[in-house]
Amino acid sequence: MSEAVIEKEKPVGEKKSFKHFLGKFGALIGLIILTVVLTFLSDKFLTVNNLMNIARQSSINALLAIGMLLPILTAGIDLSVGSILAISIMTMGIVSVNMGMSPVLGIIVCLAVGAAFGLLNGLLLTKLRLPHPFISTLGTMNIARGIALIITAAAPIAGFPYLIQFLGREFVGPIPVSFLLVIGVYIVFHIFLTRTQTGRYIYAIGGNKEAAHLSGINVDRVLIIVYTISGLMAGLAGLVMVGRVNSAFPLAGLSYELDAIAAVIIGGASFFGGVGTVWGTLIGAMIIAVLRNGLNLLNVSADFQMAVIGIVIIAAVYVDVLRQRNSKKN
Amino acid sequence: MAVHAGSLLELKGIKKSFNQNHVLKGIDLEVTAGEVHVLLGENGAGKSTLIKIMTGAYQKDAGEVYWEGKQVQVNNPVDAMNLGIATIYQELNVIPELKVYENIFLGREIKKGGKMSMIDHKKMKKEAERALGMLGQDPKIADQILGELGIGQQQLVEIAKALTLDAKLIIMDEPTASLSGSEVEQLYDCVEQLTERGIAIVFISHRLDEIRRMGDRITVLRDGYKIETLPVKTTETDHWIELMVGRSLDEKYPKKSFEPGREGFRVENLKVAGTEAPVDFSIHYGEIVGISGLVGAGRTELARAIFGADKREHGNLFIDGKQVKIKSPKDAIKAGMAFITEDRKSEGLLLDQPLDFNIGLANMKKFKNKSNLVNLKGIRDEADNYVKELKVRPSDIDLHARKLSGGNQQKVVIAKWLCTNAKVFIFDEPTRGIDVGAKVEVYRLMNQLVDNGAIVLMISSDLPEILGMCDRVLVMSEGRITADLPRNEATQERIMKAATGTADAAEKPLIAATGG
Ligand SMILES: Nc1ncnc2c1ncn2[C@@H]1O[C@H](COP(=O)(O)OP(=O)(O)OP(=O)(O)O)[C@@H](O)[C@H]1O
Ligand SMILES: [Mg+2]
Repeated sequence: MSEAVIEKEKPVGEKKSFKHFLGKFGALIGLIILTVVLTFLSDKFLTVNNLMNIARQSSINALLAIGMLLPILTAGIDLSVGSILAISIMTMGIVSVNMGMSPVLGIIVCLAVGAAFGLLNGLLLTKLRLPHPFISTLGTMNIARGIALIITAAAPIAGFPYLIQFLGREFVGPIPVSFLLVIGVYIVFHIFLTRTQTGRYIYAIGGNKEAAHLSGINVDRVLIIVYTISGLMAGLAGLVMVGRVNSAFPLAGLSYELDAIAAVIIGGASFFGGVGTVWGTLIGAMIIAVLRNGLNLLNVSADFQMAVIGIVIIAAVYVDVLRQRNSKKN
Repeated sequence: MAVHAGSLLELKGIKKSFNQNHVLKGIDLEVTAGEVHVLLGENGAGKSTLIKIMTGAYQKDAGEVYWEGKQVQVNNPVDAMNLGIATIYQELNVIPELKVYENIFLGREIKKGGKMSMIDHKKMKKEAERALGMLGQDPKIADQILGELGIGQQQLVEIAKALTLDAKLIIMDEPTASLSGSEVEQLYDCVEQLTERGIAIVFISHRLDEIRRMGDRITVLRDGYKIETLPVKTTETDHWIELMVGRSLDEKYPKKSFEPGREGFRVENLKVAGTEAPVDFSIHYGEIVGISGLVGAGRTELARAIFGADKREHGNLFIDGKQVKIKSPKDAIKAGMAFITEDRKSEGLLLDQPLDFNIGLANMKKFKNKSNLVNLKGIRDEADNYVKELKVRPSDIDLHARKLSGGNQQKVVIAKWLCTNAKVFIFDEPTRGIDVGAKVEVYRLMNQLVDNGAIVLMISSDLPEILGMCDRVLVMSEGRITADLPRNEATQERIMKAATGTADAAEKPLIAATGG
C-alpha cells in the first residue's frame, strides 16, 4: 500500500488502451478490410482509375457529411441538406444561366442560399424553440424542395459556364479537384472543431447542454452557427454536383441527407451528441463510396446496394454499441 | 431488538479492476441483519464499486458472495433484487417526467390480474403513499411529477422505493449528500425503524457526524484494501480518519480569519421569478459568507438567478460598488463570477470528455493564442496543475470524467471554476461527496481565495461546515433571507430556527440591517 505500489498501478489512460484504439480506428479497419476483400473479388477495383473514380463519387456525400457532423455533434440533425443543395443550385442556375449573370455571382448565390437556409434552420430551432431540429429541418426540407420546384417550374437547367463546373469536373493530374476540395475542407473542419473556441463549444453542447450553458457558452449562437455551416456545405456540395453532371435539376439531392447521416454515424459519431470526429466522418463517407463502387463493379443491382448499405449502417453502429457497453462495464 | 442471526451478506476476497486500474484488491466484508454498516474511505477508494458488485451492477473479477450463509451469484440487479437487496445509488436514478408513484414502481408495476392485465394505478399509489408516509413525507406527493420536486425529495422517493421492495438489505450510497435538516432527521428515524425490523443497511457517507449518529460498525477501505472493521460506539472519529487517509488530520475546518475589508459584492432587491419577496445581501472582502437553509428554501434558485442562469424579475448586482449587468452565465463569467454548481452530473461535467476539456471549458479565452486558436498544451498544463493541486485521483487528465468516482468528479468541477480566475465565487454544496481529507483541501482553497482578494459565497446543507468555515451565515426559508448571523452568533439552534421559519422577531431587524 505504499506510494510506490499505487504509482505502479496508476491506470492507463484511455488513450493507450487497445479498446480505445479499436473505438478510434474501428471504421478505418472496416474500410481496409472492405478494400482488401474487393481487391480480391474484382481486378478492376484496385486501379488508379477506379480509385480516382471513388474519390470523385464520394466528394458530394463527403461535403454533405462534414456539414452534417456539426448538428449531430450537438445531438441534433439536419434533414434538409438534400433540399438545400437543390435550391442552391437552382438559384445559381437562374442567376448564371437563365439570367446570364457572371458565374462568380452564381457561385456566391449558390453558397449564400445554402447558408441562408441553414441560418433559417438555426433560427427556427433557437428562436421559435421548436423541440428538436428533426422538426425544424424536416420543415425546411420540404420548404426548400418546394421552392426549388416552383421557381424553375420543375424544369432542369443546363449549360453552366466553365468556372462553375470547374470544381466538379476538373482534374489535377489524375486527382479530381473535387476530392482535393474535400481534403481541404476536412482539414479546415478538423482545425475548426479541435482548435477553435466555437468548435470545442460544439462538443460541449452535445455533451451536456446545461453544463455548457452554465460554463458561459452562448448555446443558441453556437447552434445557429452549426446549422448555417451545414447549409453552406450543402450549397458547396451542390456546386460540385453541377460540375459533375453539367446541369441542375430541382429534384437533385433527393434523400442525400440519409447518406450523409450514414457516413457520420458509420464514422463513429454518437446520435446523443458530443462524440465524433472529422476523420471518422471522412472514413464513413469513403466506406459508403467504396461499397457502392465495389457493388457496381460486381454488377450488384442498385436495389441490392441499398440493402447492403442498410446492413453496414446497422453493423457499424452495433459494433459501436458493443464497444461502449464494454467500456461502461469495465 | 435487532436480530443478529449471523451474517446476512458476506463477501470474501472481492477483486475488481478497470483496465489496468486495480480498484478492489481482495475485500472481505460481513454484514449482519439489523446493523448499519458504514463503508468509509477516501474518494476513489472503491466504495461505490464494492456496492455495485453487491447489487450486480458490476461483475467481480474474483471472490465469493454469501447470502444468509449460502454462496450466490449476483449477475445483475434483478438477481440482487430477488435476494432482497435494494439500492440507492450515489447519483439519482429516477425519471423526472414520471409521477412519483410511477417511479417507485418502475419496472415492477402492480397489475390488476395476470401479466397482460392493466396496471393497478390505485394500488400503486396507495403503496407509494404508505412508503412516503414512513419517511415522514406528505403522502400526497405520490401523485406529483417527480421532476417538480427538489433533489432532496427526489432522493427520498428513491428510499421510499427501496421500502416498497421489502428488502432485507438496503444499500445507500451517500443518501444524505443532498438532504438537509429535517429530511436527514427523517432518514435517521426511518433507518432506525428499518433496523429494528432486522433489515440491514450498508451505508456510505463522508459525513462523520452522521456516521457517529447512525452507524453500528465501520469498514474502512483504502487503496483497494480493507483496512479494518470496527465498532462505532467505542472508537474515536480521529481514529477513523487516520485509518482512512493513512495519517492524522490536524483540523477538519482550517478556518482562517482575515481583516474584514470593504464591500465587494452586493445583491440588491433581487427577486427570483416565482418567489414572494426580494432578497438583499452583501459580502465584504475577507469574509466567507454561508447560506444555510432547508432543501427547497430557494438557495440554489437564488444563486442561479444571480449568475444569470435563470430569469429574475428584477434586481441589481454590484461588484466593487459598480453595477454589473448579468443576463446570462456568459455575462456573469465576464463580470468575474464563478458558480460551482450543485449537481456535478447534470450541470457540471461533460462526462464523455477528458478532464482537461472539462477544466478549460469555462475560460477558453484564456487559452487562445495569437491566431485565435485554442492552445491545447496550455489547457493540458493548467488542468494538470489543478488535478494535482486538488488531488484528483486518478490524476490522468486524459481520462473521461465519467470514469472518476463521485468525489473526484466534484473536484474537477471545482477545478473548472478555479481556472476562470474569477473574483466572486459562489459554491453550491461544494463538498458534497468529497472525503474529509479533500474537504480540508477545499476549505484551504477557500481561505486562499479570500486571501487573494476573492469573494466567497458558500451554499451548504452541511451545518458543521457552515459553522466551521463561515464568517457570516445567511439563513434562507421559502425564498427569503430570514437571518443574517455573524460567526459568533451563528449556532445550530439559531440557524435551524430561522431555516424552519420559526425565527423570532428579535432576528428580524438583522434582515433589515442588511438591506442598506
Ligand atoms: N466505469 C469505470 N471505468 C473505469 N474506472 C472506474 C469506473 N468506475 C470507477 N472507476 C474507478 O474506480 C475507482 C473507485 O471508484 P469508486 O466510485 O468506487 O470510488 P468511491 O470510493 O465510491 O469514491 P467517492 O467517495 O468519490 O464516491 C476510481 O479510481 C475510479 O476512477
Ligand atoms: Mg462513490
